[in-house]
Amino acid sequence: MDDKRLIVSGSPHMHTKDTVKGKMWGVVVALLPAVIFSVYAFGLGALVVIFTSVLGCVMIEYLIQRYLVGGKLTVTNGSAVITGLLLAMNLPSNLPIWIILIGCLVAIGLGKYAFGGLGQNIFNPAILGRVFLLISFPQQMTTWPVPFVSRGSYLDAATGATVLGRMKMNELMPENVDLMGSFIGQMGGSLGEVSAVALLLGGLFLIVRRIITWHIPLSIMITVSVFSWLAGINPLVSLLSGGVLLGSIFMATDYVTSPMTRNGMILYGVMIGVITMVIRLWGAYPEGVSFAILIMNGFTPLINVYMRPKRFGERRGNKVWRK
Amino acid sequence: MLKTFNKGGIHIPEYKFTAGNPIVELPAPREAVVTFSQHIGAIAVCCVKQGEHVERGQLIAKANGVVSANVHTPISGTVKSIGKWKTAFGYPCDTVTIVASDEDAAYDAISIPTARTDEEVAALTAEDIKSIVADAGVVGLGGAAFPTKVKLTPPSGSNPELLILNGAECEPFLTNDHALMVSCADEIIEGAGYIMRATGVKRAVIGIENNKPDAVSCIKDRLKGNPAISVVALETKYPQGGEKQLIKAIIGREVPNGNLPVSVGVIVQNVGTAYAIYRAVRLREPLISRIMTVSGKNVKNPGNFRVFLGTPLKTVIDAAGGIPENTGKIIVGGPMMGRALVSVDAPTIKGVSGIVIVPEEESRRMSEEPCIRCGACVEVCPMGLEPYLLMPLTENGEWDLLNRHGVKNCIECGCCAYSCPSSRPLLDFIRLGKFKVNEAVRRKNNQN
Repeated sequence: MDDKRLIVSGSPHMHTKDTVKGKMWGVVVALLPAVIFSVYAFGLGALVVIFTSVLGCVMIEYLIQRYLVGGKLTVTNGSAVITGLLLAMNLPSNLPIWIILIGCLVAIGLGKYAFGGLGQNIFNPAILGRVFLLISFPQQMTTWPVPFVSRGSYLDAATGATVLGRMKMNELMPENVDLMGSFIGQMGGSLGEVSAVALLLGGLFLIVRRIITWHIPLSIMITVSVFSWLAGINPLVSLLSGGVLLGSIFMATDYVTSPMTRNGMILYGVMIGVITMVIRLWGAYPEGVSFAILIMNGFTPLINVYMRPKRFGERRGNKVWRK
Repeated sequence: MLKTFNKGGIHIPEYKFTAGNPIVELPAPREAVVTFSQHIGAIAVCCVKQGEHVERGQLIAKANGVVSANVHTPISGTVKSIGKWKTAFGYPCDTVTIVASDEDAAYDAISIPTARTDEEVAALTAEDIKSIVADAGVVGLGGAAFPTKVKLTPPSGSNPELLILNGAECEPFLTNDHALMVSCADEIIEGAGYIMRATGVKRAVIGIENNKPDAVSCIKDRLKGNPAISVVALETKYPQGGEKQLIKAIIGREVPNGNLPVSVGVIVQNVGTAYAIYRAVRLREPLISRIMTVSGKNVKNPGNFRVFLGTPLKTVIDAAGGIPENTGKIIVGGPMMGRALVSVDAPTIKGVSGIVIVPEEESRRMSEEPCIRCGACVEVCPMGLEPYLLMPLTENGEWDLLNRHGVKNCIECGCCAYSCPSSRPLLDFIRLGKFKVNEAVRRKNNQN
C-alpha cells in the first residue's frame, strides 16, 4: 500500500455531535426569551445589569484562567456566559455595578475556580453569587423595581415589594394574586422572574433539544404545587411567583451540581421543592428557591452514592457501598 | 411495541449503504496467507510442512486444547512458507502462505465435495454434529470468533431450552448478516436445526432489527410449517445485538453477571455461524470463506462479498473500488466495536465481519474536555454502570473499587464514549481497568 499511515485508535470510532459548547450555548439560547422580556419590562436597568454580569463573569473567568490556573483557555465554551446570564436573571434591575461585579467574582472565583474549574464545583456558581449578595447586601437585593414603570431609569427606578414579599408581610392574601399578570410578566421581582411564559418557552426548548430532561424541573414544580395545596395556597400562586420556574428550569438542572441518575434527579427535585416551601412558609426570607438549590447541591454527591443505576444482571440492586 | 432491551442504549446513524446489495462472490486468491489465530483462545498448531501440497479444505493447523479452533486451507496449492506474519492490528502471528499453480486453481474451480444426503444427515447424532462443527473449525462469525464447539457444549447441569439466532446487526454500515438472511434463509434455518439437534434445544427464535424488513419477511416466509422456529422483529437500537441485550429483549431475562447465557436457558448464535454450520454439516465444507461488508462514506462500490479466508484485505477493498483518496482510518468490524487496522496487507480472518473506511476528517477524536457530570454515560450504559466514575478509578489505579463498581460487567459497546459531550476516552480507560482488574483477580487466586 502507499506510504500514508493509517490512524489507529480504540473503539468506538463514531461520536455524537453533542459537545459541551453546543449544550452550553443551547442554554444561552433558551434563556434569550427571558432575557429579552426582562429588557422589555425593566428597560435600561436590565440592560446594565445583564451586560455587567455577563461581561464580568467572562472577564473574571478569563483572568483566572490566564493568570492563576493556566492551561487551555475555555472561556468560549459558554459556561461563563451562562453563569453571568443566570446571575443577572437573579438580580434586581437597579443593583449598582460594583455589587454586580462582586457577585461575578464570588460566582466564578469562589463558586467555580476555587473547586477546580468547570465540572469540579459543588455549588451552582450563579446561585452562590446571588446568595452571597443577598446576605451581604440585603437592602439593595430586596428592593425590586416595578416592571413597566420606569424603564428609562436605572438606579433610581421606582421600586416595590414582590408578591411573595407582600404575602410574607401579610399585606397580600394568596387568593388576591393576579395570576394572569404573573404568567405573562407583570409581577415585580428579579430580572428573570418576571415572565413565566418566557421561562417555560426556554424550558421547552431545553427539553426538546435534549439538553435537560424533565425529571428535575417537573419534580420541583409538582412538589411545590402539592405542598402549597396542602398548606391551603393556590398552587399556581406558588409556582408563578418568585423563582420557582427560573430555579427549576435553569438553575437546578445545572449538570455539574445535579445528580447523575434519573431517580437521583427526582429525589433532588422533590427535596428542593420541599425546602423551598418550608422557607417560604416558615423561614425569615420570603423566597427560598436559591437556598433550597444550594442546600441540595451539597447533597448531590451523597445522592450519587446512594441512588446508583440498577446494574444489568443483578437482582438485588447495587451493593457497592454496603459491603 | 417492538421488543428491545430496557436499559440504556443509543440511537445512532445507521449508514447501511449496502442494505439490499446482493452477495458478490470474490474469486479465490492465488496466494493465501492463513493465520493460526483467527479465533479467541489458544493458537492452533501447524500440521503441514514447507513444500507440501495441500488440497482446498485440508486441515493445516490443529486446535490446541478446548478453547481453540482448527484452521483449513482455503485454496489448493503448495505451502510456500511457514512463519510470522503481521496481522491487521500489527501483532506478529504464526501463518502459512499457500500458493496455487494454474492446475490447482483449475482443480478448485471444478471440484466440489459431495454433499451429505438427507438420509446421511438424518442419521447424525448430536455428538456427530458437534464433532463435524469442531473439525470444520467453525467459530462465532458475529465478530468475537469464539469457538462454536464450546458454545454447543453447555456445561453439565445446565438446561438449554431456547436457541436465539442473532440477526440484529446493530453496528452501523455492516450489512453482511442482512445480505445473508435475504439470500440464504433456507440454509440459515437448516443450520439452526443442526444447532438445536446438537444441543437438544426444542425452540429457536431469530431476532432481527426492524430496519431489515426484507430479512424479517424473507425468513418468515421460509419458516411456514416450521413451528419450532420463529422470527422476532426488534427495535433498531444499539447494542441490540449484544448477547445479553438480545436475550433480555426477546425473553425478558437478564443473564446474571459472570454467568453464561445458558444460565437462563439460552444459547445464542449468530446467523452467519448457523450458515457456516450448515455448510460444514451439509456440504462437508470447513470454514474457509465468510461474508463481509466493505463500506464507508467515500467508498466507490460498497458491497457485500463472499471472501475466502486468507485473501489480503487490500484485495477485498479493491473489489469495492479501492481505498478512497482521503482515507484516515480503516476499521475491521463495525465503527462501534471494531478495531482500527494498521495495514491492509493483512489477510482476511474468520472474525472479520466487515471493513469500514473512514474519511480523514472523521478519523480523529475531538479534544478531551473536563467532565461536566451531565450523566449521559450513565444513561446510555446498557449494563447499568457508571462510566464517569470508572474512568478516574482506572486513572488512579483503584483496582479493588473498580471491581466493586462492576467494571468486569462492561461489554465494551462504546455507548458511553459515543455519547460523551466532552469527548472523554471513557472506554479506553474502562478497557484498561477491566484488564487490570482481571489480572489482579487472577493473581489473588493464584496466591490462595
